[in-house]
Amino acid sequence: MSIPLSWYLVLAAALFCVGLYGVLSRKNAIAILLGVELMLNAVNINLVAFWRYQNPTQMAGQAFAVIVFAVAAAEVAVGLALIISVYRRRKTIVADEIDLMKW
Amino acid sequence: MTNWIIWLLPLPPLLAFFAIILFTNKNKALSHGIAVAAAGLSWLGSMVVFIKAVGTEEFGKHVFESAINWLPTGATWLQIGVRVDPLTAVVLFFVAWTVLAIFVYSIGYNNFGQPKGDHDLAGLQPHGATVNENGHTHIVPSIEPMYARFFAFISLFAFGMFTLVVSNNLLTLFVGWEIMGLCSYLLIGFWYGKKSARDAAIKAFMTTRIGDVFMLLGIAFVYSFTGSLSFKDIFQPQMLQALASTPAFLGLSAAGIIGLLLFIGTVGKSAQWPLHVWLPDAMEGPTPVSAMIHAATMVSAGVYMAIRIYPLLSLDAHTMTVVAFIGSFTALFAATIAVAQNDIKKVLAYSTISQLGFMIAALGVHAYVAAAFHLVTHAFFKALLFLDSGSVIHGMEHGVLHTGEHVDAQDMFNMGGLRKKMPITFWTFLIGGMALSGFPVLTAGFWSKDAIFAEAFGSGHLLVFIVLALAAFLTAFYTMRQITLTFFGEGRTKAAEHASETTWTMTLPLVVLAVFAVGVGWVGMPAWFTGGLVPDWFHEFVGGTLSQVPEAVAFNWIPVATSLVVALGGLLCGWLAYRKVTAPAEDRLQIPLLKNKYYFDEIYAFLFVRPAIWIAEKFTSLYMDQVVIDGILHSLARFSLFLGHAFRNYFDKPVINEFIADGTGKAIKASGSGLRKIQAGRIQYYMVVSIVILVVFAFIYYFLKLGM
Repeated sequence: MSIPLSWYLVLAAALFCVGLYGVLSRKNAIAILLGVELMLNAVNINLVAFWRYQNPTQMAGQAFAVIVFAVAAAEVAVGLALIISVYRRRKTIVADEIDLMKW
Repeated sequence: MTNWIIWLLPLPPLLAFFAIILFTNKNKALSHGIAVAAAGLSWLGSMVVFIKAVGTEEFGKHVFESAINWLPTGATWLQIGVRVDPLTAVVLFFVAWTVLAIFVYSIGYNNFGQPKGDHDLAGLQPHGATVNENGHTHIVPSIEPMYARFFAFISLFAFGMFTLVVSNNLLTLFVGWEIMGLCSYLLIGFWYGKKSARDAAIKAFMTTRIGDVFMLLGIAFVYSFTGSLSFKDIFQPQMLQALASTPAFLGLSAAGIIGLLLFIGTVGKSAQWPLHVWLPDAMEGPTPVSAMIHAATMVSAGVYMAIRIYPLLSLDAHTMTVVAFIGSFTALFAATIAVAQNDIKKVLAYSTISQLGFMIAALGVHAYVAAAFHLVTHAFFKALLFLDSGSVIHGMEHGVLHTGEHVDAQDMFNMGGLRKKMPITFWTFLIGGMALSGFPVLTAGFWSKDAIFAEAFGSGHLLVFIVLALAAFLTAFYTMRQITLTFFGEGRTKAAEHASETTWTMTLPLVVLAVFAVGVGWVGMPAWFTGGLVPDWFHEFVGGTLSQVPEAVAFNWIPVATSLVVALGGLLCGWLAYRKVTAPAEDRLQIPLLKNKYYFDEIYAFLFVRPAIWIAEKFTSLYMDQVVIDGILHSLARFSLFLGHAFRNYFDKPVINEFIADGTGKAIKASGSGLRKIQAGRIQYYMVVSIVILVVFAFIYYFLKLGM
């Protein structure tokens, strides 16, 4: 146990920030979706790290991580389907141009 | 027990009044049934009280009196109550009889049982109805349209009269007095569709009101002086002494002033000169009945009050002089007018004024008992005469309707020969007329008038004696004129030839009253006639009302001879002068001065009515009303308008409308249009905002946490 918990947390924070940056700055909707995936994985690292260091006897951390995987997979499936659908109608996947819902 | 009956005496007519106006006014038979039953109850009670009073030894000292505390006045109570003393008992006697007679008579007079009129309207006299009988049509009298209302009014009237008579104090007496004033107004103006009736009603009300105001002043004076209004307290010897010895003003004692003020009330109510003008006009009411109320019953109330307050009135010699003067002057003055009147009711109206003058004059010469005696006998025979005249008019109207002739059914020159057509009316009218003229020995009027003459002569009031003798001569003269023109000779119009006797409800009261017109006189025969065999019951009984019974005057042949001469002479002259007269042109007494009642109506119109109207039109309306009152109202309105404008322009519009109402809308609109800019529709923009807010809140949370 030479690696302390804080390292994992720093890694997760970094990964989260990379993902966030990607979500906010990329124009491509697929890239935004990738950023979201990075942020989810950052969360997963946190969950698993806390489980391992704080409360290894219980399954809760692992179970949450598995649920997040499942959600992320479903999200990607739905998100890509939506993007394809939008692309077919509007011939674009630039997020800024998909602004039908504005005032 | 007796006191209970006295308390309840006025009640039945009042209940009848309310029952009729509130519930039964649609049902004619029930309405008159209730009214007559109520009058009958009061009559019964009156008779019981009268008989008990007559049966009591020395009744003047043991009167029926009871009182209750009514109004708390500081430490003491104002008491009201009832009192029946000998004077009240005899007045109660004639009031009960005449009221009952009027009630029964009214049934016939208002044509009960006749068909509804063809064109009759409420507020106008019935004009007759066409009926079809055995194939041919003819016109018969029609029923009064406001039949039930009439009975309601006379019931209220009876209530007022009974209240007045049984009162033991001036206050409830005044209440009854005013109720009668109201009923008088209502009954004179009963046919309110006629302008003359409306005017007469107002005239009667206004004229008597003058007397009433003074009377109220007198009552207030009595109360402030004695602290009580009941006769018993006021007529205590010490109280009278104090009243007589306290000087007030104008050189009169307090008693003199009070007596004078109360007497002015009598002058108004009993139609004495100079307030006599209302009574002849009061004949505008439903012919005989209201005439009788205004001539035989109600006006007697004024004299009754004067006799009632005699102990007070007699204290001041000046007041008594005024009373004697007004009485005797009115007696002669009204008699001269009566001579020239052609309307059968107007003659009787002036005759009434004249006869009331006799009573007042008698009171003025301290002839207490004679005044009361004449009051009673006059009530009977004048009631009889008025009901008779109503019967005559009714018979004439029947003739007018039957023949379709357009003649005045009240003008005596249109009558003549009615003795054969209307025998009962004729004979009762003759009895009443003889009583009024003072036909010797037989009739009541002779004895009461003779008593007045004897007292006036015996007490040395020669001037009063002569004036009254002249008036009595004229009385006999115009009475005979009336009888001659109405009943003797031949019918001068077709209507008179077709006149018919009236129904039993009208003739029955006539017969009853005729009996009294003769019989009542016998209770007051003086000692010189009966030779002392029968005591002068009336003198003993009514005289007992006073603290000491007045002495009967010694016999003197001069007043008796005068009385005989004027009565018989007047009757003879009347018969001789009018037996052949057939038209007004042949009547040498149709002098314009007399015919127009000495122009009193015109004088009063010039002196009072026209100035009042002028002030009303020129000053009150143009200046007071339109300038002052309207000015105040208009400036109030302008001020309100100004205030309204100010509020509208400086408060409502800027504050309420602009700021609160529109301001809220505008603020919301502005914030909405400001906020909608962040609704960009770009996903990444939303995210940035979310993150920023999240970070901001995270910082705030973090530092708050630290701060704690």
